[in-house]
Amino acid sequence: MNTAKKSFLLRAALAILMSCYVFFVVPSEGQAAKSVTLPKREWSFSGLFGTFDRASAQRGFQVYREICAGCHSLDLIAFRNLSGLGYTEGQIKEFAAEYEIEDGPNEEGEFFTRPGRPADYFPSPYSNKKAAAAANNGKAPPDLSLITKARAGGGDSSIRYSLKNPGGYALGADYLFALLMGYEEPPEDFEGDNYNRYFPGGSIAMAQPIEDESVEYSDGTEASLQQIALDVTTFLAWAAEPELEARKRLGIKVILFLAFLTALLYVLKRKIWSDIH
Amino acid sequence: MAKSGTKFQSNSKIINWIEYRLPIFSFLHNSLGAGYATPKNLNYWWNFGSLAGLALIIMVVTGIVLAMNYTPHVDHAFNSVERIMRDVNFGWLLRYIHMNGGSLFFIVVYIHIFRGLYFGSYKNPRELLWIIGILILLAMMATAFIGYVLPWGQMSYWGATVITSLFSAIPVIGDDIVTLLWGGFTVDNPTLNRFFSLHYLLPFVIIGLVFMHVWALHIHGSNNPTGVEVKSPKEESIPFHPYYTVKDFFGVGVTLVIFSVFVFFAPNYFGEADNYIMADPLATPAHIVPEWYFLPFYAILRAFTVDFIGIPAKLLGVAAMFGSILILALLPWLDRSKVRSAKYRPIYKQFYWIFVFDCLLLGYVGGHPPEGLLVTMGQIGTAYYFIHILVLVPLIGIFETPEPLPDSIAVKAGDKPSTAEQ
Amino acid sequence: MSDEEAVEAKKKVVDEDTRRDFLIWTTSAVSAFGVGMAAWPFIDQMNPAADTLALASTEVDLSPIEEGQSITVVWRGKPVFIRHRTTAEIDEAQKVSLDDLRHKESDEDRAQKPEWLVMVGVCTHLGCIPLGQSGTDEKGEFGGWFCPCHGSHYDTSGRIRKGPAPDNLLIPPYEFIDDMVIKIG
Repeated sequence: MNTAKKSFLLRAALAILMSCYVFFVVPSEGQAAKSVTLPKREWSFSGLFGTFDRASAQRGFQVYREICAGCHSLDLIAFRNLSGLGYTEGQIKEFAAEYEIEDGPNEEGEFFTRPGRPADYFPSPYSNKKAAAAANNGKAPPDLSLITKARAGGGDSSIRYSLKNPGGYALGADYLFALLMGYEEPPEDFEGDNYNRYFPGGSIAMAQPIEDESVEYSDGTEASLQQIALDVTTFLAWAAEPELEARKRLGIKVILFLAFLTALLYVLKRKIWSDIH
Repeated sequence: MAKSGTKFQSNSKIINWIEYRLPIFSFLHNSLGAGYATPKNLNYWWNFGSLAGLALIIMVVTGIVLAMNYTPHVDHAFNSVERIMRDVNFGWLLRYIHMNGGSLFFIVVYIHIFRGLYFGSYKNPRELLWIIGILILLAMMATAFIGYVLPWGQMSYWGATVITSLFSAIPVIGDDIVTLLWGGFTVDNPTLNRFFSLHYLLPFVIIGLVFMHVWALHIHGSNNPTGVEVKSPKEESIPFHPYYTVKDFFGVGVTLVIFSVFVFFAPNYFGEADNYIMADPLATPAHIVPEWYFLPFYAILRAFTVDFIGIPAKLLGVAAMFGSILILALLPWLDRSKVRSAKYRPIYKQFYWIFVFDCLLLGYVGGHPPEGLLVTMGQIGTAYYFIHILVLVPLIGIFETPEPLPDSIAVKAGDKPSTAEQ
Repeated sequence: MSDEEAVEAKKKVVDEDTRRDFLIWTTSAVSAFGVGMAAWPFIDQMNPAADTLALASTEVDLSPIEEGQSITVVWRGKPVFIRHRTTAEIDEAQKVSLDDLRHKESDEDRAQKPEWLVMVGVCTHLGCIPLGQSGTDEKGEFGGWFCPCHGSHYDTSGRIRKGPAPDNLLIPPYEFIDDMVIKIG
């Protein structure tokens, strides 16, 4: 092949490459203007050795019971799971007994309610999803059991693959915390339910759920808006990933073991291959 | 240096008794043991075949135990997966391994394929080996897609709806086929049930295909970085065991370390947040995106936005998407160059990297909503994908002047073969 | 090469081989340990899960059960018979001589408090559920329970008296956590 042809092909390829580069960069710049950056926090449970701050999560549990539970279910959590937050068996029985759980049918074929037991799950505030929607202007409040996982990426899944967010996803906890703190005076041209700068689109059906002094903490901690938001987020992060601590603990052991084994294999490989030239 | 291609022999009476009746020991010896002569110059890119095997084993083993705890019913599937995560002993570990194992499988297989493309491993006499490999890829894609539906999250449900609806693009009988796939008028319980059944079946089909893939591999042996066939087995090849067994195990170790980082510390990195919301047939998520390994194909699907010579855009997109994989099967005949390795193909080498870039670009486009310039990018990327395989590869094969090949693979790196001097 | 040199060279080869073998054995042992550890989650996942274990014990309030009445509760997926026995039943159960029994257990060993009999309602023969819980059921020749499948008769202490069953009805582990509440399991 002659050189002219060669260089033509090369230049053609280069041209395609360049145009791709232009296309590549321009849209991601454009998108950045639209999206809001979430403030990142160092959570008690982030990092290699992170564990849930028990005191904070227990306060968060109080916030859930006194405020969130009015509208939001927590379907996947049983009272017995609360032992993971450091509650004793006796305390768990007491919490459970505060709830009336529907059971049945009994010998007469009737459904009845009885006090909750540790094996029961948190009852939902509404009997079904349609009832939940009907009571809330047509939008059922989401279940909170997995909310920090379900909102990873800030409630906008397109952020997932953005080059602007090389970590892949923002912690759902960051989003939740920001959302609870993100109720503001709406801009003048705002139309919608409630303005929240961190909710995709800005208009959220939920009115501001917590503010300063929304709860009175049983451990005497000052209940500022930020404190409440932090505590309930920690609680919900635990509810979404109760296995997190066990996972990280096991992970460190497994990785150390595998690294050691791999090093051994490398030495052995070098040894065995030493006679190959 | 150990001699390659030795015959199996044993002093053990028990082994010989079995061997006489079922020659399983000599079979292993000749396929994975010292009896299998392998080129001595394979680089680490050749590790990815065994790594794909590792991924397959991981997926099958974790899949079997997950199936013991999973309930394929629309009312229970989502919660049964969460029960695995929360209540089943080590359930979270098994599920996260399976979830991330899918990504592992695709990463190593894609690298394995691109290794084949670079070093010309698909060429005579390994065409069938290559085609069986493509069948494995197709079976993997079907398995992965179906498996993603099982947790019955929002992305499961809507992904299933979108992808099964592709078949409605088939003229005349399309809608009937979709109804047949669904077993109803929408993705519902019958769909979930049959998907579970197929998700358990297909991996065994893959195992069968892998067996044929490895069989075909053993007929002519591995290609190698020079692309030059082994001429003198005595000097140029070494026994698979222990040389490549230990090298493969080392690769397995490195891979498992990286894999563990994801499983234990970023288990949802490759996942979609929306799949932690239970499927709701009445609410579509804002952006439906498939798993990362399907993104380039998703971009090709969406690249067709207008009808063309009477063919609806939808059909074109579907045909292009499936076509983009199927045309890979023609590569052994589209590539006219007698030289295998891109090492000695200066022009092909450059276009190879552009092609790699193009695939990454398509992946990027596939992961974003089809808006503005991204649509154009997807179209250019798609056009280039097909032009590369159908036009550039044949043309380069005909017009390119390859660099002189080494006389044998025994020539060490750095030693220029005498003919290469100018 | 002198003899000495040859011996040296040979020794070196042997040393190399020993080191190589040592490495192979170490690596194999470490790998085997890893595989063994990795196998455990795959086995353990078959053991009862946390939600199943949470139902391993059942608390029952006895106060609504009147004398002469029985209730059936579910414990670990099996029926448990709880009977508030009458004095006549208790007397009858206690005066039986152990020599008359196939499976020798005194009534005192079977009932923590004589008025409350708690037992697993599964026939020890082949796993059917005996009759005798409701007033209208056939209670067998000994006034206790009767298994209709193969005709096993149990007395007022739930002991096998006639028929093919080998053992008395099983007493589950239970304790009185206060006067009128028991915890089974």
